[in-house]
Amino acid sequence: MDTQLIGIGFIYLLTILLAIPLGKYIARVYRGEHTMLDPALNPVEKLVYKICRITPGREMNWKQHLGALLTINMMWFVWGMVLLVTQKGWFWNPAEIANMSPDLAFNTVISFVVNCNLQHYSGESSLTYWSQLGFITFMQFVSAGTGMAACAVIFRAIKTKQSEKLGNFYRLFVRSCVHILLPLAIVVGSLLALNGSPVTWEGYDTITTLEGHQQTVAKGPAAAEIAIKQLGTNGGGFFGANSSVPFENPNYITNIAETMSLILIPMGMVFAFGYYTEKRKLAWIFFAVMTVGYLALTTLAVYGEMEGNPAIAQMGVSQELGSMEGTETRFGPAASALWATATTSTSNGSVNSMHDSLMPLGGMATLTGMFINANYGGVGVGFINFYVFVIVAIFIAGLMVGRTPEFLGKKVEAKEMKIATIVVLLHPAVILVGTAISAWLITHNPDWGWLNNAGFHGFSEMLYEFSSATANNGSGFEGLGDNTPWWNIATGVALLLGRYVPIIGPIAIAGLLANKQFIPETAGTLKADTATFGVVLFAVIVVIAALAFLPALVLGPIGEYFMLY
Amino acid sequence: MKKQRPKLFEPALVKTAIKEAFVKLKPTVMARNPVMFAVEVGAAIMLLVSLAVLFGMVDQGSFGYNIAIFLILLFTILFANFAEALAEARGKAQADSLRKTRKTTPAKRLNEDGTTETIQSSELKKGDIFVAEEGDVIPADGEIIEGLASIDESAITGESAPVIRESGGDKSGVTGGTKVLSDRIKVEVTSDPGESFLDKMIGLVEGAERQKTPNELALGILLAGFTLVFLIVVVTLQPFAMYANTAIAIASLIALFVCLIPTTIGGLLSAIGIAGMDRALQANIISKSGRAVETAGDIDTLLLDKTGTITIGNRKATNFYPVNSVDEDHFIQQCVVSSLADTTPEGKSIIELAKEMDQPIPEPDEDEVEFIKFTAQTRSSGINLPDGTEIRKGAVDAMKDLVESAGNNFPDALEEKAEEISSDGGTPLIVAENKEAIGVIQLEDIIKKGIEERFARLRKMGVKTVMVTGDNPLTAEYIAKKAGVDDFIAEATPEDKLEYIKKEQADGKLVAMMGDGTNDAPALAQADVGVAMNTGTQAAKEAGNMVDLDNDPTKLIEVVEIGKQLLITRGTMTTFSIANDVAKYFAIVPALFILTFPQLQALNIMNLASPQSAILSAVIFNAVIIPLLIPLALRGVEYKPIGASKLLARNLFIYGLGGIIAPFVGIKLIDILINLV
Repeated sequence: MDTQLIGIGFIYLLTILLAIPLGKYIARVYRGEHTMLDPALNPVEKLVYKICRITPGREMNWKQHLGALLTINMMWFVWGMVLLVTQKGWFWNPAEIANMSPDLAFNTVISFVVNCNLQHYSGESSLTYWSQLGFITFMQFVSAGTGMAACAVIFRAIKTKQSEKLGNFYRLFVRSCVHILLPLAIVVGSLLALNGSPVTWEGYDTITTLEGHQQTVAKGPAAAEIAIKQLGTNGGGFFGANSSVPFENPNYITNIAETMSLILIPMGMVFAFGYYTEKRKLAWIFFAVMTVGYLALTTLAVYGEMEGNPAIAQMGVSQELGSMEGTETRFGPAASALWATATTSTSNGSVNSMHDSLMPLGGMATLTGMFINANYGGVGVGFINFYVFVIVAIFIAGLMVGRTPEFLGKKVEAKEMKIATIVVLLHPAVILVGTAISAWLITHNPDWGWLNNAGFHGFSEMLYEFSSATANNGSGFEGLGDNTPWWNIATGVALLLGRYVPIIGPIAIAGLLANKQFIPETAGTLKADTATFGVVLFAVIVVIAALAFLPALVLGPIGEYFMLY
Repeated sequence: MKKQRPKLFEPALVKTAIKEAFVKLKPTVMARNPVMFAVEVGAAIMLLVSLAVLFGMVDQGSFGYNIAIFLILLFTILFANFAEALAEARGKAQADSLRKTRKTTPAKRLNEDGTTETIQSSELKKGDIFVAEEGDVIPADGEIIEGLASIDESAITGESAPVIRESGGDKSGVTGGTKVLSDRIKVEVTSDPGESFLDKMIGLVEGAERQKTPNELALGILLAGFTLVFLIVVVTLQPFAMYANTAIAIASLIALFVCLIPTTIGGLLSAIGIAGMDRALQANIISKSGRAVETAGDIDTLLLDKTGTITIGNRKATNFYPVNSVDEDHFIQQCVVSSLADTTPEGKSIIELAKEMDQPIPEPDEDEVEFIKFTAQTRSSGINLPDGTEIRKGAVDAMKDLVESAGNNFPDALEEKAEEISSDGGTPLIVAENKEAIGVIQLEDIIKKGIEERFARLRKMGVKTVMVTGDNPLTAEYIAKKAGVDDFIAEATPEDKLEYIKKEQADGKLVAMMGDGTNDAPALAQADVGVAMNTGTQAAKEAGNMVDLDNDPTKLIEVVEIGKQLLITRGTMTTFSIANDVAKYFAIVPALFILTFPQLQALNIMNLASPQSAILSAVIFNAVIIPLLIPLALRGVEYKPIGASKLLARNLFIYGLGGIIAPFVGIKLIDILINLV
């Protein structure tokens, strides 16, 4: 078998093997049970409580949870704005980076607060080391922690028999950061540092290249940020070119570690759901549904890349190794395709190859991953997105067995369906409307010159940008001139809608359900932990998340595919 | 005269429904149903486009093509309206056939001064009192306040055997349209004309008063959501196409939109709901709300009266056991004599059993003997013979008191025998001659044939059955076991029932029960589904949310199945409707772009002849599937109690997979037909 394929198979299986115990660990953390790491981490947790004056025992209902979540997000936004526009005057600025312009800062801050990390700047030329640490890396922890805490609220709500009280948001948030993200980031960060990622306070080097040119080589405290960027489905790299730069991703070993980090916590959250709610079979059904979707997309992308590019083959360039254009030779097309699907399925958005260079099938796989946004999905939020699909599937399946639909003993009624419908509707609406306006604008103003490519591929570039923003992914198809007022404003709106509505809605649903009376299971009750329900769930995801985009895909990657082959 | 199930497409009803289908086109009516309203808006646009083409608009295809799309859309709406109208018409026809029984009849109203005055039944108001005598048709629903009568209720229930209705008890209700066979009763009218339960139900079936049930509401929201998503898909397609230098005709966009939105379920949704009520009415159940029918499908616990549901009517005597010292023939004679005037079914069965054993039946002179009626105080009945012999029979404890208070010994052997009878599910009836116990009669319940299977079926549906009986726990347990019910309430009082219901509800369960007496009213009101017997008291009928015209206690089982069927029909039609979209996409999307990008021919997997015929085929399929599914929507998808997971797998296979495949076949066939024409 092809070594490239063996490589990616190994990476994927190893991730599952690690995700299972991680899920168990995460469940213990949220339940407040003792773990091996407590002696080291509890003092940190207590310190945070003390500094922030948090009373971790104060129980909150779902509205208070959302209030807490939005409040701290707002504070981070203010902090980010202040820091970035005044960064020149702060410390740790050896490369003498200037203040960021307010509009770019606005875009950047929103993007990092919402865990998207869409970057309209290059880290090495636009951010000081303090900005990288004090805002970027900080946000990469806390925005990931926000999503995980929100997810933990839903776990708690699902497990609750009948109560308004769903734990304390700050406690869940702090424990997510301190007990889960921090130790994992230390492990991955150390691995990166040992393999050559820079960790330094020194300024940039200037070296003479073989050709005799002078070149500035950027460095800085990079390894720490790279670790959390991968683990927390953030994706915003220390350097502009992300994980295709050797300093961010030095070799195949670090590539394995970084690829695994992309999906480790998202997978772990699914297992954590099973352990936390003691519904392990259901967790496996969820995992299976996600995996079928994920593997289908991965297969599509890997197949597309490994086939090579017929247009280049016509020029007489061998495509035996697959499509190498836009791919890092250190990793090869298969590992790049795996990364591409992983980073788009999980709303991470870091890249190790040029997505603009993906073959049409790969382009379609990455787009579809963002349309669904719940094949493992972002840390915490992936499961939250999936939860909405579960509610819709439960509703349809429940009717089919002749009972008012109920999910784990709670009746799903009009109010919950209203919220679920809005959340489910919003995602395609924002992406399609945004792309449509862009398509209209560029058709009527061809001189604006956003697009590097005309035709199908140009369309994919616009579709990708909006999908990336709405799915809070942050990767770019690139090739799109996105630093213009339209793209900055429109994607900013998409970022906010794509982040908060899918968190607020599901928490509201979970909160409403938690407060309903528990109905014991009978022989007539639809059981969610069956393969049959898995089929319904998968079908619902395909119909809602994929079918709505079919016409758009036909004008993008599907059209391009039939054009090429 | 059990009502015939009317034919699905009864010509008279179809005629009314067709007319109604056009009336319902009124936008204010259509707006109640967002999915079909969207289709109507689409049709209106197509009409305008067709006219514009006729007057010289270019780039929109031929007039014929545009007007064809318009007509197909119009028919899509008409088909949906027809389905709803047909369901309504069927409901009304059912109700009318019930109402026929209450044509205007003369009523003898009792005035305050005691005189009677003959007026039309339609003039009777709530609170009026009328008199009905032998041969009269009862003019209105009411409650007997004085007297007793035997009544022929066959006009309503189809049962020809006359029933006894009397004031004061739990059998005091009379229904308008039934006929008094004997005696004379005074009846108080319980509802104003036009406000009886039946009238209310007719109102529910007709559009204006119909309220959406919670599940219907939730499904409606989901369907509206789907409609919005696809609206966005289609609206954004125009700028996409502009970017791709493709002109898409308005007709194509609207066709795509109408095909993608869930018109099949959207068009049939209200018909399905009404049909559920129709089916209830067919089963002679008047539901006071659509919600009650739907809730019936969710029932977890069913409280069933033993008598009439689990056992046939009443207990029967099956054995005579004299105490050792008493001659058997003598004992039987005394039993027979004491039962001569006993009109209870038990009493009659004693005489029947004696006849079967070829025992002579004496006929004493009624003037010389004194019959002792059963009273609550003595809890026994019997006879005093001219020679001074007193014979009494009654329950064990009552008779033991009687015997022992007279200073006589109650034999241990007799007590043991009585216990034995009890534990075998029978009821012992002790007979005493001159306050000396002489033996015991064994009364036994006869369990209905086939009832075990019905309970097994309910268990598979996830419904717990609870038997309610006045029997002692021993007897109750025996019968419960034999009939296969899950639980029982023995020596049940109405309070016990209420308590039981509350306990189940506290565990989150939905409870259904049937009752007739005023005593049952609180429990009927407490139950999630309370079915009152039509013969029951007014209080019971007011408290429940359904009324059973047949007074058939097994009806609850049917009610549960009707409710389940209703939900399943909605669920499967939704699945089918959405699954159809896959094929429709493959028909229309290539057709939209194939002229500009011929390489997209690869997506035309059905190999449809031309873009226009592809779009027409998809829209036609989308329209005709609605009338094709009307029979299923009105009859309901069959419910099979095979467990939820298996049922889901089955319905998913038929309506999910079937829903994906059927339109591929259908659209291809229509395409072939179009190109033949």
